[in-house]
Amino acid sequence: MRNRVLLGTTDLPVLLPPKAPSPAAPPRLAGRHGLWLAALLLLSAGLAEAQTSEEARRSVLAALIDWAPLLLEGFVFNIAISFLAMALGTLAGAVLGLLQISLLPPLRAGSWLVTQFFRNAPWLVLLFFCMFLLPFEFVVGGVTIPFPDWVKATLGLSLPVMANVSEIVRGAVVSLPSGQWEAADSLAFSRRQTLWEIILPQCVKRMLPPWMNLYAILTMATVLASIVGVSEMMTQTGRALAAENRPELLIPFYSFVLVCFFAYCYPIAVMTRRLERRYQVKA
Amino acid sequence: MDARVKPEHDRRKKRGAGAAVDFIYDWFRQFYLDTGINLTFIYDSYDRGRLIDGFWMTVWLSLVCLAASVVIGVAGAWAQGARSALLRRGVAAYIEFFRNTPPLVQLYFFYFAIGSILPTTENRFGFQEPVLDNVAWAVLSLSFFAGAFNVEIFRSGIEAVPESTKEAAEALGYTRLQTYIWIVLPLAFRVCLPSLNNNLVNLVKTTTLAYAIAVPEMLYMANQIWSDSVNVPEMMSFLLIAYVFLVGILVWAMHRWERTMRLPGFGQ
Repeated sequence: MRNRVLLGTTDLPVLLPPKAPSPAAPPRLAGRHGLWLAALLLLSAGLAEAQTSEEARRSVLAALIDWAPLLLEGFVFNIAISFLAMALGTLAGAVLGLLQISLLPPLRAGSWLVTQFFRNAPWLVLLFFCMFLLPFEFVVGGVTIPFPDWVKATLGLSLPVMANVSEIVRGAVVSLPSGQWEAADSLAFSRRQTLWEIILPQCVKRMLPPWMNLYAILTMATVLASIVGVSEMMTQTGRALAAENRPELLIPFYSFVLVCFFAYCYPIAVMTRRLERRYQVKA
Repeated sequence: MDARVKPEHDRRKKRGAGAAVDFIYDWFRQFYLDTGINLTFIYDSYDRGRLIDGFWMTVWLSLVCLAASVVIGVAGAWAQGARSALLRRGVAAYIEFFRNTPPLVQLYFFYFAIGSILPTTENRFGFQEPVLDNVAWAVLSLSFFAGAFNVEIFRSGIEAVPESTKEAAEALGYTRLQTYIWIVLPLAFRVCLPSLNNNLVNLVKTTTLAYAIAVPEMLYMANQIWSDSVNVPEMMSFLLIAYVFLVGILVWAMHRWERTMRLPGFGQ
């Protein structure tokens, strides 16, 4: 808006004031998008409906509504797994990332190796690894601690998260201009003080968008747990479809799963993009 | 106790390399008897064949999906610059949909849901079989998934080509199409190569999902082997190492390629 003031007096872009960063509005996934999603779902249900024979069967939509509580329960389980795996992965990854910028070469090399290993291994293979090789219970001092499937799946998912968070931390620290380190040095900050009081606070801002992106990827990866038999949304959908045994339900039910995940992940993606754009201007 | 531990019956006296290979097989067979670490995929010819088939399936799947996803990416990037708002909206919706839903659910959706409404054909044994088998669906689904990322990557690459470069080409008498082919695309390709490589690595890792619809790739074959020989820890460790190795080679080669393709004056 301020550009307008100068527009008459100059046409040189360099003389114009820089555009102020637009304030980040909360993502809007209201109305319009909800309608689109609902329309998609209705369309798929309607398509399936049209294929159904004329027999006195429950309508496809009614079946979907009947099963929805169970499926949504599974979806909540997915979200819970994603929260837990993200928390575990972030904690471990932050430590690993700080080790990657350690001054001791063996520590640095070791953490680099661990990071690369878990970053390059497929999520599904890591999940299989944890599912099959961890025991189903621990006995500590005569007390049996059960170790159910979903805990193992959470651990399996938190491994790649850990490696990715480690890379995010390292990348953020490396991306800061070296002048920050030198200025802190000249002000007689110790290395630990520099890291905690100068470097890391600046890194948080840089780490937030990729971290949110990683969370969305993790949420989408939680369905992998269905392959190894955890009762999350995909497993429940399979069970519901097996119980109904009606081929015309396939499309609406799978669409429902897709729509649920989209409704959860799309706002995160939009918010990530907003934050990225906002921080880009200042950087 | 285990039938597979017995030496293969049809083994004949071999000389040179054959004997050396046989010695390795015998060594691993003895290694199993001594330590209990059962690496059937080395000494058992059937398991070895299965695993090698699986490995090539993974490589084949990655290459085919890579090619298809690059085509989708280029076409999508072109469509995003189109005049028709409908086309642009369509591409944007495609990208958002495939980026924000789980690839596994996409795979299930394609294979089970869409696959169920497609017509079937009669094969030579008189059985009904679907028009597209599981491998075809895996290729389609994974290509669309990776393609959604490629569209964005190519678009950002094309946008990164400076306007003045295009104007310079125009001043030299290039037509619009010539500018696009000789100036914009080569520059854009170099700009987006790092992100493209990232996506390729992701694609290789995502091919493991095809396991869920029984595509015989490496994870599936390893699963078959550990179901037969009950050597889960060995196969698991092998899988992890194999995938990390595969991706490691890929990353290394791509980094070298990136360095040779690097534009002077861009980046570091």
